This record gives sequence, C-alpha cells and structure tokens, in this order.
Amino acid sequence: MTTRELTYVKAFNEGMHQVMAEDPDVFLIGEDVAGYGGVFHMFDGLLTEFGGTRVVDTPISEQAIIGLGVGAAARGLRPVCDLMFMDFVGVAMDQIFNQAAKMKYMFGGNVSVPLTITTAGGAGMSAAAQHSQSLEAWLAHIPGLKVAMPASPYDAKGLIVGAIRDDNPTIVVLNKKMLGVKGPVPEELYSIPFGVANVVREGSNATIVAIGRMVVEAEKAAANLEAAGISVEIIDPRSVQPLDIDTILTSVKKTHRVLVVHEAVEFGGIGAEISSQIQESAFDYLDAPVTRLAAPFAPVPFAPILENAYVPDAPRIEAVVRRLLERK
Amino acid sequence: MATPTEALEAVMPTTRELVLDLHRRMVRIRRFEERAGKLVESGDMPGFLHLYVGQEAVAAGVCSALTDADQITSTHRGHGHAIAKGADFRPMFAELYGKTTGYCKGRGGSMHIVDMNRGMLGANAIVGGGIPIAVGAAFASQYRGDGTVAVSFFGDGATNIGAFHESVNMAAVLNLPVIFVIENNGYAEFTPQDRHMKLTDIADRASSYGIPGVIVDGMDALAVRDVALVAIERAKRGEGPTLIEAKTYRYFDHQGIKGMRILYRDPAEVEAWKTRDAINLIEAIGVERGLVSAEEFAEIWAQTEADIEDGIEFARNSPDPDPVDILDDVYTS
Repeated sequence: MTTRELTYVKAFNEGMHQVMAEDPDVFLIGEDVAGYGGVFHMFDGLLTEFGGTRVVDTPISEQAIIGLGVGAAARGLRPVCDLMFMDFVGVAMDQIFNQAAKMKYMFGGNVSVPLTITTAGGAGMSAAAQHSQSLEAWLAHIPGLKVAMPASPYDAKGLIVGAIRDDNPTIVVLNKKMLGVKGPVPEELYSIPFGVANVVREGSNATIVAIGRMVVEAEKAAANLEAAGISVEIIDPRSVQPLDIDTILTSVKKTHRVLVVHEAVEFGGIGAEISSQIQESAFDYLDAPVTRLAAPFAPVPFAPILENAYVPDAPRIEAVVRRLLERK
Repeated sequence: MATPTEALEAVMPTTRELVLDLHRRMVRIRRFEERAGKLVESGDMPGFLHLYVGQEAVAAGVCSALTDADQITSTHRGHGHAIAKGADFRPMFAELYGKTTGYCKGRGGSMHIVDMNRGMLGANAIVGGGIPIAVGAAFASQYRGDGTVAVSFFGDGATNIGAFHESVNMAAVLNLPVIFVIENNGYAEFTPQDRHMKLTDIADRASSYGIPGVIVDGMDALAVRDVALVAIERAKRGEGPTLIEAKTYRYFDHQGIKGMRILYRDPAEVEAWKTRDAINLIEAIGVERGLVSAEEFAEIWAQTEADIEDGIEFARNSPDPDPVDILDDVYTS
C-alpha cells in the first residue's frame, strides 16, 4: 500500500472519486457541489470525471436535497447529499429524522435507505453562531441514523467510503478547521466502518475520549503531559452513532480515569452519554469521576477572543487531566 | 373544471374494462375505509384513522394510469392510495391491527402502509413529507432511464409547507418525471382553504415554478385519469413535472368515522358534495353508456365485502409481534 501525505479535504475528495468510480449507483447532489466543487473544495473534479448526471447542483433547498436522496436511496441508488454547513441540518431535519432515519423500521424492514449526508461542522473560524455548530448529539439521538466525525485525513477518506457503502442513512461531519491538516493517506481505496473506535495513542494514567477535532487538541495535550511523565491514552470513537463503547471501557479499565472532550455544548452532549455508559459499566474501575470538557451553554460567539474561550483546547485539556490525576 | 374532452375521448376511450377497473378500485377503498373506521371506533383495532372516503376518484384515476414500476408517495390519509395502487387487504388489515403479517410487520400502522412490490413507496404522517421523496424516486427514474414516473399525493394544506415549494421547484429545475397531485378537499385538517391561502385554484402555484398546472374534477375518476395520462406522457417525454389540482371532498371528519366534534363545516356542504359522489358517477356512466350492467357493479361490491371479511379474519388470526424483536430493522445490517 502506497501512502503519502494528503490534506484532510484532499483525502476526503480522493475517497469520493474512488468510490464513485467503483459504484455507478453513487451520485452527489447539493448546493454548488458540481460546477464549484463545493465551498470547501470537498468535491473538486467530480463533475469533470463523472459528468452532470452523477454530480448535480441544486437550488438552495436543503429539505428537497435530502428528500431527493431519501427517495433515490429507497429505490436502490446511493446518494451523497451535501449540506455544506452542519448548521443547515435544521432546515432539512424532517427529511433526516422523520424520513431517512425511520423508513427502515416504520416500514417493517421493507425499505433500506443507503443515503449519505456530508456536511462540515465545528468552530474556530469566526463563522459565528449559525456556521460553527457541532450538532452530533442531535443526530446521534435518532434511532436509524449513523454519525461519523473524522479526525484525521486517513479517517476522512476511510469514513466517507464506509458511509457510502453502508446500507443505512449516514452523516459524515467534516471539521472545517481541519480541512488543511495533513496526514498519511494510502492511495488505494479503503473503507472504515462506523462503530469502530480508533486508539489514537496508548497510555496508562488516564483516558481521553475525544470527538472530532478535539482529537488533535488531545494529542497536543498528551505530548505535553508525556514530557511531565503522565501517560495518556486517546480514544477517538470515530462515529458517535454507533458508539464503540467497548473500546472506551477497555481503556477505562486500564487507566481508571477518563476525560471526555467535545466542542459541542456540554449539556446533553455526546459526552453525557459516554460518561453515563462508563459509570454504568465500569464504576468499580474508576478512581475519579468521569469528567467532561466541552463548550459552555451558549451559541458559538464571533469575536476571536470569545470563540477561543468557547472551544476546548490543548491547554485546558491538559489542565483537566492533571486535576483528574490529583484525585485519590 | 376540466371534463374529458371529445379529443381525449378519442385517444383514451371510456371502455368497459376501464369503467370496471376504476369502479373496483374506488369501491375497494370506500368499503375498506368504512369497515376499518368502525373497527377502530368499536375498539377492536388500535390507533386512529384518517379516512379517504369521498376522495376515491383521485387515487383510482391516477393509479389506474400507472404500472407497478411507477412509484407513489402518500399521506397520513393514505389507505386509498395504497389500495388504488393494488395493495392487498390481508396485509393492510393486519398492519392496522399491528400484526406481524402486516405490510410493516406492525411497526407502522395506518399512516405508514408501504408496498414496494407495487411501487407504493410509503404513506407519510408528516404533512408534505412524501413530496421530496417522490422527487427522489423520479430522480432514480431519470438516472436509470427506466421510463418510470413518480407521483406524490398530498392535500391542499401541504401546499403551504416548505417541502412542497422546494420539491416542485427542484423537480422543475432538474426536469424530473414526477407528477404532483394536490387533493384539494377544501380543508387543512379543520381550517378551510380561504383561511389558509389567498388562492382559489392551487394549480395557480404551478406558474411560480414554470410548470403546467391543471385543474380537474376530483369526483370524476375518468377525468382524473385523463389528466394523469397527459402528465405521465409529458414526464416520460422528458418534459418534466406537472401539478394537478383535483377538487374533491372528505366525507368523514379529519379522522375517524364519527360526526364533526365542532361545526367547522356546514353539514349541507357535505351533503352537496355527496350528490356528486364518484362511485355513483362511474356507475351512472357505465349503465347509461351500456358498458357495464347494474348487476356487474353489484358483483364488485359483493366481492369487495368478501375480500374485506377475508382480510379482517386473516388479520385477527395473525400473530402479534414479539417485544423481543423490538430492535429489529432499526438498521440494515
């Protein structure tokens, strides 16, 4: 397998090219995905390679974009519907949570909806309250949906391929601030299934369960802590639905201390679910309460000084891990 | 209101077979609904029902012009569309009873009848929710070039929801083979049309999207079939969607078979529409033109009764779902 350095967005783009070349039932539809290649260049070159039947620009109509995907998926195609910014899921929510998510079950198993929704979430770019959110807990709460948040170029490629090959409605949430982050990516087509966590770094003193871009911040924190003689294990669940709780529990049983970090607001976030499951399944292994670090209960602010205060970062992760270790 | 013109009559003649076909579809809908309504009212069947009685000509007229390969999406008032598309009484009653032998294995109930083998892509309990899905089904038709079309049925109330506007515009822009059928029964739940829009003819909305809007008498199955055929042929020629407004009427209340809880509509209005009943009309046409005898129509009613009793008995004797299986089919594995 030949591996080279690619940016996160190029890795994603390569996955799109390869999976569309592999399967003629895959098509892409959304706002400015064809002629413009997507506002984040996620879809560059697809129109040229696959033509206007398979790469389709639409009016600004999120509900109809997703609904079109649902209907086409129910007929056996594999649509990729782009929602540009994750904040826009609200506009299309009925088609996502009442239609795509429920058709399989509500129709007694008679219909499968192999629909993939792509979108970009996350703060840190002064994009303010309606272009910066992390709404994964909303989506993960709906039975029938699967939600992945790639945290590396390798995963950006593998998870989009895994999503498109999955026979369920999936949502792949890219992180806007990671688009230019580089990392090793194999040239070949490969797939990462949903529900398989990545042990990003092995350690023995504490576990950090990090979601999306927080994996990168956790890695920086872990490097600093290692210099101070503290060994941190980092688990990236990759998908928050399904959630690979087994890998998390295995780590907790080894380190006995755990911090969950995400950039969505803390209240009702996916960290609450992870904390609860850890305490229900591994209470006797814990040497300290399961701790969360997440955004405060406010919309994402615009001013850089406010936004920096809002989104968890490596120094705060490091500080919380140190406090976790002080508990006897 | 459009009635079958002489020209259309020449192209699409009213044959004995067609009259029998439309009559059979409508009688099956009416008797299913009346019987199901009573079964819920008596407590024999769970849940609640939005009954299609009065609007039969719309589903029957449109679906008679479709094949099993053509797809439809439906509404919370969806039994009529399923039956018109060819759904069987056994799994329909079984579904309403919440049995494993139902169309949805007891997972969906009245508002979610689906029959993929007959192109019934599902009834939908969110007003307007099925409209974008029909656009997607039509996208698949165009993508594959398989010559099929999709039809979305929905009410006057649904034309005020965003999904309608987004979907019609999208289908127009992408030139998709889809037919949007508004069943204008004059009421959005309990709110009359003049209080939920400024338009008299909802077909006028078509001009906003640059597509044809056609008004048809929704109590005349032959007329509905004719406009549906024109729209289907247009779609198959690659000329895009059509918006059809069928003016029709809901005999029963928004849900159930009991009378109106409050007098949101004049009982005289209900009776006036009943004088234009779709089944009476097709029987009159059949007899007057010497195509079908009164006895033959009576035979359809009798056969329908027998089929209904068979369906109910099948449903009652079918096994309940097992709660052990409650997680089955949340995901495709």
